[in-house]
Amino acid sequence: MADPPGAVGRPLPRSGARRLAFGRGTYTDDLRFPGLLHLAFVRSPHAHARIVKINPGPALAAVPGARVFTGADIARVCTPWQGLMDNLPTMVSPPQHAVAVDRAVWQGEPVAAVVAASRAEAEDAAAGVVVEWEPLPAAAVRDRTLDEDAAPVHPELGSNLSYAAAIRAGDAEAALAGAAHVVEGDFSFARHTGVPLEPRAVIADYDPGEGRLTVHGGHQAPWHQQDTLSRHLGIPEHLVRVVTPDIGGGFGIKLHIYGEEIAVSAVSKLLGRPVKYVADRLESFVSDVQARDQRVSARLGVGEDGGIRGLSVDALSSLGAYGSYGRPPINEGMMTITMAGGPYANEHYEGRLRVAFQNKPPSGMYRAVGQPIACAVTEQLLDRAAHAAGIDPVDMRRRNYWTDEACPVRTPGGIGIGRLSLRACLDRLAAMMDYGALRAEQAALRGRGIHRGIGVATFLEMTSIGPERYGPAGARISTQDGATVRLEPSGAVRCVTSVIEIGQGTHSALAQIVADRLGVAPQDVAVVGGDTSLTPHGGGAWASRGLTIGGEAVWRAAQGLRENILELAGSILQADPADLDLAGGAVSDRATGEARIALAEIGRIGHFRHDTLPPGVQPELAVTRHYVPDAVPFALANGVQGSWLEVDPETGEVRLLEHWVVEDCGRIVNPLLVEEQIRGGVVQGIGGALFEECRHDEEGQMLNATFADYLVPMAAEMPDIHVGHVETPLEGTALGTKGAGEAGTVGAPAAVLLAVNDALRPLGAQVDSLPITPESILHALAAGA
Amino acid sequence: MQEFIDIALTVNGEPVSRRVEARQHLVDFLRNELGLTGSHLGCEHGVCGACTVRVDGAVVRGCLMLAVQADGADVWTVEGLSDSGGIADLQEAFIARNALQCGYCTPGMLLTAAEMLEAGRRMTRTEIRAFLSGNFCRCTGYHAIVDAIGTVMERRFGG
Ligand code: FES
Ligand code: FES
Repeated sequence: MADPPGAVGRPLPRSGARRLAFGRGTYTDDLRFPGLLHLAFVRSPHAHARIVKINPGPALAAVPGARVFTGADIARVCTPWQGLMDNLPTMVSPPQHAVAVDRAVWQGEPVAAVVAASRAEAEDAAAGVVVEWEPLPAAAVRDRTLDEDAAPVHPELGSNLSYAAAIRAGDAEAALAGAAHVVEGDFSFARHTGVPLEPRAVIADYDPGEGRLTVHGGHQAPWHQQDTLSRHLGIPEHLVRVVTPDIGGGFGIKLHIYGEEIAVSAVSKLLGRPVKYVADRLESFVSDVQARDQRVSARLGVGEDGGIRGLSVDALSSLGAYGSYGRPPINEGMMTITMAGGPYANEHYEGRLRVAFQNKPPSGMYRAVGQPIACAVTEQLLDRAAHAAGIDPVDMRRRNYWTDEACPVRTPGGIGIGRLSLRACLDRLAAMMDYGALRAEQAALRGRGIHRGIGVATFLEMTSIGPERYGPAGARISTQDGATVRLEPSGAVRCVTSVIEIGQGTHSALAQIVADRLGVAPQDVAVVGGDTSLTPHGGGAWASRGLTIGGEAVWRAAQGLRENILELAGSILQADPADLDLAGGAVSDRATGEARIALAEIGRIGHFRHDTLPPGVQPELAVTRHYVPDAVPFALANGVQGSWLEVDPETGEVRLLEHWVVEDCGRIVNPLLVEEQIRGGVVQGIGGALFEECRHDEEGQMLNATFADYLVPMAAEMPDIHVGHVETPLEGTALGTKGAGEAGTVGAPAAVLLAVNDALRPLGAQVDSLPITPESILHALAAGA
Repeated sequence: MQEFIDIALTVNGEPVSRRVEARQHLVDFLRNELGLTGSHLGCEHGVCGACTVRVDGAVVRGCLMLAVQADGADVWTVEGLSDSGGIADLQEAFIARNALQCGYCTPGMLLTAAEMLEAGRRMTRTEIRAFLSGNFCRCTGYHAIVDAIGTVMERRFGG
């Protein structure tokens, strides 16, 4: 049932933006609580060390009134957790305490919590806590973590291997042996992190009278937080409430369960007082989850015609000292081996994965999880094969895409593909870039000693993951979302949603959906959410699921309310509801479009004048609906990105000139929001391609834990990003949307890597490690010369 | 170890006097003492620009300046500039262009953009980007911010 032309599809400015632009946002640290205490952590200075003794004496002397809680103190009220999955019986992962007990396993792990009247005093006191350490050897070099003589991260596990997996389809070895051209790469993807501008912050308020815990914090999955707090602190779930105020960016970083957040609640429970913790940036760099961190060797074989014959991928994926709790911690690596080669027709594939622990901050999901790696490996090999076979890279892709006739298909990596629009996206991108002219310009400039490169990378983007993956894992994380839509007495509409708004503008898009169902203007719909005690239960903001799952729930709730309104109007007007419609803020005659009764009248009568209704009429002006994605296991978006850049062979510097994206995220509810999701994602992908790296020394000390040293993309280095769309609505849903939040990050590193290597190719050099730094380019040039 | 000092200054056009800790930086003072939470903290070491405020007519990093150094100064934050209407066209352009997502960088961006406009002329996209290079935004990718500022320059200074 398609909506009539209305708010959906229009580039409407976001409703919440005004408040934020006037400095009236309310982020966690902006909240004020009477009697608030402030908490600071004492953190391990060693990547691996035994805690011999903790002496709080000097801290208490320096700040009278301060309180110090060791890991053992916290453990008395908080049980440890373990990141295991029911459907991965061979995966190992040790128990993790909120605050380390006995042994610290990464530099920065909290070992004591200190509470005082102000943040400054809590930090003063934390500095006074004396910890006696016995340093232990650390495993901190990714490519050596699985060596026989590597230091054990968790000695009780017997090895640093957390998980190993292999995928085989056809016979990749034989196919490669028979291929006309075999190209290879030994790729490295540095460890990096999500760097939301607002650091993690939490305020826990335990009320001993009622036994209730209220937690305010910028969490992307507040129900997961609620479940964890309830089970590990022993507080019945209905007495735990998690409230999410404005969130200053998440990108997956605020999706996870952190010892710090849980410890703050534990301390609040112990003291019966509200307690706040706000990470500073240095702490964020050693405690926010880190991601990527893979070494991937891969080989691709093609025939003389450029057709893919076989692909082999071997990935070593590094976790930190722990994986994420409640979510498959191996996903970064699994996405690499399942998504590699995905867009292209192929029968022979082999993917191998080993996942290893290191003495580094815990690992977790960061925007696009593993897909940027799968994409970069696949696309770079395809470019190399195109070159070997003497085929233009764009043509190479067109020849190899899954055809429409082949779909639906299950890729050799195991990804179910329904319908893609790769050729349409590629054609659109080539036109937007003016690909032919750009190649000519590149050639002309080469003649003048200017080295420019073009990278064109195809991507698949797995979004809106359904129950097939999280259910069997035993994850206590919902893949469902819910909404209540209700008509207020004035005729205005309120929508209470489980969707968490972290800046994408999803709430604004939900208003557009409701508006169209009820025939009102989007500004007449208020969307509220972010309180687990008030909204329907949901999954939260991850895997770009807000509109595809939460939006569908909202559509259904609004549809239900629509039916109820028409039924009530039928009894008021003595008309058949089937002859009535909703438009322009009124119930109208379906045949003539003429307004019969205003929604404000329906609201007034439905709420206040029940005495005037026929006997037996029970107005239901609030409707709740939920939606579990059941049409497909996940919504697979697709697209193509293009990068145009210049490499200076003298300095090794890369200058980004222009970037293009054509994305098919299904039906678009609000292009303004979608395009900015894509642009923001591209820039994060470029960050991974050129700048971002958590650097650690061999002892596991992070070397660049400040904003001055950990480079992030700033405005001056970023190109303009042109975005185009192809719309292939997702089948089996009312809205037809797919996620769009990760597309930019999936494809941008590949596009940039390909473009750099395209620029370097005539100079006989190539780079296979991200981030690509001026040093790595100069090194490659020296090696190639 | 705590040392307190009396200061008197003007914040958003209103006189303010307080006794502050010598070590308190300006943004903590604005946020915690005056409740002006529109200025944010992203790094507290002078790189991200989330704490940008205007002091005596120039934008400064509020995390690198002590509250006591603002004694006698004229300080403006996003709240004051919103009330005065001084950046209304910038705010409208940011909203219309969706040049903010989480909004955490936005007050700092707006103050930096307002300073850019003081030059009284249109700038190229490259110049706008260079001027913004002390303000980190993790969400938008900057393109929309550059668009929004460019639109305001066009409106204020003509085509
Ligand atoms: S908080 Fe001041 S520059 Fe980052
Ligand atoms: S809008 Fe989130 S940091 Fe700029």
